[in-house]
Amino acid sequence: MPAPLLEISGLTVDLPPGADRPHAVEEVGLALAENEILCVVGESGSGKSVMARSILGLLPPRRLRVSAGRILFKGENLLAASAARLRQIRGGEIAMIFQEPMAALNPLMTIGRQIDEVVATHLNLPRAERRQRALELLRAVHLPDPERIIEAYPHQLSGGQRQRAMIAMALILEPAIIIADEPTTALDVTTQAQILALIRELRQRHRAGILFITHDFGVVAEIADRVAVMQRGRLVEWGTAAQVLNAPRHPYTRALIAAVPNLDPPPPRPYDRDSVLLQIEGLDKAYRSGGGLLGRRQRVVHAARDARLALRRGETLGLVGESGSGKSTLARCILRLVEADRGAIRLDGVDLRRLSRRAMRPWRKRLQMIFQDPFASLNPRARIAETIAAGPMLHGVPRAEAFARARELLGLVGLDPRAADRFPHEFSGGQRQRIGIARALALRPDILVADEPVSALDVSVQGQILELLAQIRERLQLSMLFITHDLRVAAQVCDSIAVMRRGEIVEYGPTAEIFAAPRHPYTRELLAAIPGKAWTKPKTDAVAEEAGSGR
Amino acid sequence: MIRASLWQRFAASRSGLIGLAILVLVLILAASAPVFFPGDPFAIVDKPFLPPFGTHLLGTDSLGRDMAAGIAHGAGTSLMIGLVATLAALFIGTLIGAFAGFYGGLVDNLLMRLTELFQTIPSFIFAIVLVAILSPSLSSTIIAIAVVSWPPIARLVRGEFLSLRRREFVEAAIVLGMGDLQMIFRQILPNCLSAIIVTGSLLVATAILVESALAFLGLGDPNIMSWGFMIGAGRTYLRTAWWLCAIPGIAILLTVLAINLVGEGLNDALNPRLRTL
Repeated sequence: MPAPLLEISGLTVDLPPGADRPHAVEEVGLALAENEILCVVGESGSGKSVMARSILGLLPPRRLRVSAGRILFKGENLLAASAARLRQIRGGEIAMIFQEPMAALNPLMTIGRQIDEVVATHLNLPRAERRQRALELLRAVHLPDPERIIEAYPHQLSGGQRQRAMIAMALILEPAIIIADEPTTALDVTTQAQILALIRELRQRHRAGILFITHDFGVVAEIADRVAVMQRGRLVEWGTAAQVLNAPRHPYTRALIAAVPNLDPPPPRPYDRDSVLLQIEGLDKAYRSGGGLLGRRQRVVHAARDARLALRRGETLGLVGESGSGKSTLARCILRLVEADRGAIRLDGVDLRRLSRRAMRPWRKRLQMIFQDPFASLNPRARIAETIAAGPMLHGVPRAEAFARARELLGLVGLDPRAADRFPHEFSGGQRQRIGIARALALRPDILVADEPVSALDVSVQGQILELLAQIRERLQLSMLFITHDLRVAAQVCDSIAVMRRGEIVEYGPTAEIFAAPRHPYTRELLAAIPGKAWTKPKTDAVAEEAGSGR
Repeated sequence: MIRASLWQRFAASRSGLIGLAILVLVLILAASAPVFFPGDPFAIVDKPFLPPFGTHLLGTDSLGRDMAAGIAHGAGTSLMIGLVATLAALFIGTLIGAFAGFYGGLVDNLLMRLTELFQTIPSFIFAIVLVAILSPSLSSTIIAIAVVSWPPIARLVRGEFLSLRRREFVEAAIVLGMGDLQMIFRQILPNCLSAIIVTGSLLVATAILVESALAFLGLGDPNIMSWGFMIGAGRTYLRTAWWLCAIPGIAILLTVLAINLVGEGLNDALNPRLRTL
């Protein structure tokens, strides 16, 4: 065991008075060696980011304060270091990579100048040599055409390219430690796989110690040498990756691992394969920008191109794809939140696309939607009973009956019916998503469109919501159009899957077939990029009783 | 629970409380004017140019009218005009802004070009022209102030609507089959009320200033006592009888200041973007 590069012991960070707990981080002790990737895993609010930020003294002043502990970097206590010494260490010896590269980069400076700024602050090198070094690094992080990238502004790069540029910036002074705070969370799965491969490669080449913060056990399985699990500010379990992933000891770790959806699709569910409820035929939607009077060239983005789908009674159809693939637009076209350019949306043989907005209204109650963001999808000024009862009241149900039904539905989605008179801000993200589901069910729809209903939630809450959706669709015999970017979730929830790329459905078939024998190269690429696919979850008692989402 | 915490948040700003206290005093003054100073404030009660703190609390003006009676009756005029004109401006501005922001496209274009048409004319000169055309009276003063002050409200409400329109809860309402009007007034508008209330409260102060300025120029209602009219009538005697201008001037200053303080306190209490910092 090599001597640790970084040693944290007894670290305690106080939260301001009046928070839900006294400490953001409590008595945390960790060690990071060189040439090692240590993954710190935890759900939102577990204190993992606060812990990482306190290493470089980046805590928001006044609100969060380190009250006890030591952070030893090569034997030097960083908590006692002067501001000048900390500045020297930041970037120079310990570098940081953030979650959102667009927010971490200065939008008004070229990538080259931002990298140059880091070098110029720390080293005394002539300009030409600094540029040379930057170009080398951009090449090392596998950015195509470094000469062009160095002159580019952040908005001219893709998300993955920006994160690569951030990594190059972090590496330029060859730091001993890299702290990466959820560096791939904002990226698509294929880009994430590339960045993870890059981080592994860099560890070997630079022998750096990497502190990798994440909430995703798939990523942990992909990259970690050692793992530390945090819950409500405390370190509950740590050990080598093999130990923690395959033989978790702490109940919280077991619950977290149990909540990770399995990659093997469950056996097919029975549903009526002949009764097509909703038929989508040749749906097209293009977004046009530019053009107009000034004669700029018009840009056309095809969000949906000749989409053909059939949703049967009781079936759950998954729309899977990366960001920008058009899956959300397609769903919104079906609900007529966005008007399609051509094609047909047939429900019981009636083409909904041809109906006027007024004629569409009675059809609306048959098609309902669950939204992605539980914080934006509920009207903050309406009590939740009003939110849930609004739909039935619009369709002629008397007020008293609608409110009674709202209370019943709250019970159905697992909330206390007495909560009906409260406002959305009094609920957690998972509870709000339950309210959103109750709102959708209030109209007794035949079809539920769920747009990434769990992607904004923590993994354990995600499991509960998926479980609830599974129960509801069985009990009410619902058909579901389930949009997700997460193939693990899709494998568990969907009976059949349509894979979308740049507005086109490239593969469409039963889930088991797609996972077992993908035909389109893009589907294969997607499946290969799933983090932690080589890892098989342990079958512990906790896994069996936790239920999670795997059914 | 929300109401209590709103008051607590407002009470946390000392300047807001001071403003509220002054405003309440002005309101009491306006309400008690008929009790303490019954009769016509234009009536001549004594010799002209009596200084304050003599037989009459605030002295008399160039014609021997009681200054205190004028201030008390003028308070009602100022507050009433400020309030009614603001309500009218809020009504027009909110409607236009809401429809422009909600429908976008051609409707937005037409309504916003109309708004700009009003904004390009210097507002005070526009108000003078309007009063001159309508002939000076209480209602024409109110109309003039409302007509020149709605455009900023319309822009504000339009902006709020543009951002709220894209929120998922509005999409949810569409999916439920809600009609446009219900969506505008029941779903979106309640969510921009705090911004409207804050701007509206500051608008009252501006309206009082415009009313005083109009009255100063002799464009107020000749039958109604007003602070602006008192300053206008006293301005030629500024060097010999300072109180003719100074006392109504201080009254305007205090009232406008109080309303601004209350508005800022409301802003701190209601504006979520400031609160989360």
